[in-house]
Amino acid sequence: MDEITSVFIQESREQLAEMEAGLLRLEQNPDDHDNINGIFRAAHTIKGGSGVIECHFIEAFTHRVENLLDALRNNELAVSPPLATLLLECCDHMVSLIDVLAAEGEAPDADLGAKGDALTERLKGFLDGIGQPAEASANSELAVQDSTVEVESSGGGIVLTDSWHISVRFGENVLRGGMDPLSFIRYLASLGEILGIQTITDAMPVAAEMDPESCYIGFEIQLQTRSSKADIERVFDFVREDCDLRILPPNSKLSEYIKHIQELPEDTMRLGEILVRCGALTQAEVDQGLSEQKSSVEHAQPGDPTAASQLGQILVDHKVVHKEIVDAAVVKQAQVNDKKAKDARLVRVQADKLDQLIDLVGELVIAGASANLLAQKSKQVDLVEATSVLSRLVENIRDSALQLRMVQIGDTFTRFNRVVRDVSKELGKEIDLVISGAETELDKTVVEKIGDPLMHLVRNSLDHGIEPTALRLERGKPACGRVALNAYHDSGSIVIEISDDGGGLNKEKITAKALERGIIQAGETLSETEVVNLIFEPGFSTVDKVSNLSGRGVGMDVVRRNIQALRGAVDVASVEGEGTTFTIRLPLTLAIIDGFLVGVDKAAYVIPLDTVVECIELKNLPSDRNFMNLRGEALPFIRLRELFEIPGDAPPRESIVVVQFAGQRAGIVVDQLMGEFQTVIKPLGAMFRHLRGIGGSTILGSGEVALILDVAALVQTVTHSEQQLLPGRSHAAPAALSSNQFTQH
Amino acid sequence: MPSSQLLSITEDLTIYHALEQKQMLLDALAVTDELELNLAQVAEMDTAGLQLLVLLKKESQRTGKRLRIVAHSQAVSSVIDFCNMAAEFGDPLVIPAHEAS
Repeated sequence: MDEITSVFIQESREQLAEMEAGLLRLEQNPDDHDNINGIFRAAHTIKGGSGVIECHFIEAFTHRVENLLDALRNNELAVSPPLATLLLECCDHMVSLIDVLAAEGEAPDADLGAKGDALTERLKGFLDGIGQPAEASANSELAVQDSTVEVESSGGGIVLTDSWHISVRFGENVLRGGMDPLSFIRYLASLGEILGIQTITDAMPVAAEMDPESCYIGFEIQLQTRSSKADIERVFDFVREDCDLRILPPNSKLSEYIKHIQELPEDTMRLGEILVRCGALTQAEVDQGLSEQKSSVEHAQPGDPTAASQLGQILVDHKVVHKEIVDAAVVKQAQVNDKKAKDARLVRVQADKLDQLIDLVGELVIAGASANLLAQKSKQVDLVEATSVLSRLVENIRDSALQLRMVQIGDTFTRFNRVVRDVSKELGKEIDLVISGAETELDKTVVEKIGDPLMHLVRNSLDHGIEPTALRLERGKPACGRVALNAYHDSGSIVIEISDDGGGLNKEKITAKALERGIIQAGETLSETEVVNLIFEPGFSTVDKVSNLSGRGVGMDVVRRNIQALRGAVDVASVEGEGTTFTIRLPLTLAIIDGFLVGVDKAAYVIPLDTVVECIELKNLPSDRNFMNLRGEALPFIRLRELFEIPGDAPPRESIVVVQFAGQRAGIVVDQLMGEFQTVIKPLGAMFRHLRGIGGSTILGSGEVALILDVAALVQTVTHSEQQLLPGRSHAAPAALSSNQFTQH
Repeated sequence: MPSSQLLSITEDLTIYHALEQKQMLLDALAVTDELELNLAQVAEMDTAGLQLLVLLKKESQRTGKRLRIVAHSQAVSSVIDFCNMAAEFGDPLVIPAHEAS
């Protein structure tokens, strides 16, 4: 695939995303004209681009969509829900078409083609509805010409006939005479307001014959002013002899414009176009005028059989160019500048280059740590100082390198606007999506993988969470349901919450179901949290009716597995009748972390610093129990020495590192504390994949290997084993550690 | 032939330099497929300068090459805006695409 095509595909996908967002806004604010213009521009840019790369199936379809959008823009059609739905479907179809192009397909396959035809029919239906013939195809020029007259005459563009029209062609010698045509036009602008201006450079010869000191330039200007014709003429007094000046007073008749067009030296069609562009005439007027005089034109250009097709061609082009330029001449330019400036600030980089950079930074961190250690051993003050500056810089580099991979979660969230809209339509519920924390950043790879689980949870909330409208009213809730997505950072992880104000989880139903499926045993007493978290167990689904959205019973356990694969955790809390909140916790990024170095016997271990709450030094830890009283709260703990079966006796003074994960605390008993340490995580080999409690390894400055503890798994192990000890518990619910179970001891 | 070349213009684009600049610009375009013009240093531009840019654009279109103005000074962009020529010089679809690559 050539470069321009791949760029087109990329750009189009962005444009389509914008278009979709715009269409969703359109439903909320049907009268937002800027928004409609934005949607139109997106479609238009895609059409233009597809023309450039000669991808006709996209061009043809987009053209039809554009026609409808054009009608919207000109207030010939009102925005209605079916119309918005149709446009969204068209938007989807365009995405599919782009996919076809991306797969280097020649044309869409039969299914897609049929879908496109069906959409075209519906588009036609809408266009017919406003009493104008729909354009059958972008390619048949004659049809275009016919219908364009009607399309445009019913409102095409801004027409400024209440202003002066000035045509000026400067003579060759103007520049040599020491005069700058631009300064005349600028002076002209001081008489009033220039509403439209077109620069005519058709007179310029090819490069070889062009004399840079000759003037080939001309202008078509639409000027609003109270000055008289004489005043306007006076502006050009200095070059009166050496320029061709024509002035049409405000509200001139159409025929005068047509006469004017034909008097000027440039090609008639091109001039018509120019006049439309600077707002002197509408396209329809030009067409009518010219077709009336068509015979005479043909006489004037005998033997030019292309004239007719040129007309069609120009009209097609014309619809393209004219809209953008006339409608928002000034705005447009500002936008071009803006977009360029914005794009100039962005650089697209391949993800693997970034990964490579991060790897290198990781090595740098290790090397830096090693240098630091040696410097300290050498006890040379200068060297220590130099290395400490170095390590500070390395730290900064590390942070910025990691920042490069961070993306805001907002884009992922906004995709759900569409989902919520579609699903709520399908279910016949009214649901609002509230997004907050969209600017929260997390690692790009994590963002990519969180989409599916999120989708499932959101659909679940829409389908099962929010009650039908009638039931909501009965319960005294507002008719419109609310689903919220929220994200924030919390001690080294990112937390994503999906909440709804629906019916909540029915605990009896869940318990009954769990019993039926054999997930729990009769007589087991579970806390409320434990009950609601049963929905994550494999094979669990409480819905009697299977819908096509969710509820096939393969949902929640898959969601949990996916999230665990990202080293995250998911949790649910629910108040019956008030709503349900799913909380997903994910690690921010994994390549490099700040660690806390601890020692057991001779080996060193790293605990992610984000999870460390405090360190306590304790003598005479009870050896028979696995929990202690920490300021009135029970703290379960684990001895690393025992966990990893390290031989030798514990020193008299042991330390406890209190760690926290997902709201649960646990203690890790170690021999000594060695302080903070910047760590690059090296994944363990496939052989050690099943090791629990170890997340990876790292290399210390001294060259020794230290293991990184997986705090999430450790905390779980601790609470799990603690529950095993409690009588009457065969089922271990991972999230069920609540401190009140222990305070009685 | 190098695929892309950057040419920075530091003098004013005015009638006083137009003759030599015409040659310089055309020469620069002749040896490359894609000419990038940096006009950030151009303090002044008059009609003659505008004509040169138009000429260069036309020439590049005629020969199937690409001309991109990668940076405008205030003077240049105000003239281009005033004459409503932004669309002629820069297709918004194409420009970011190349800056991206």
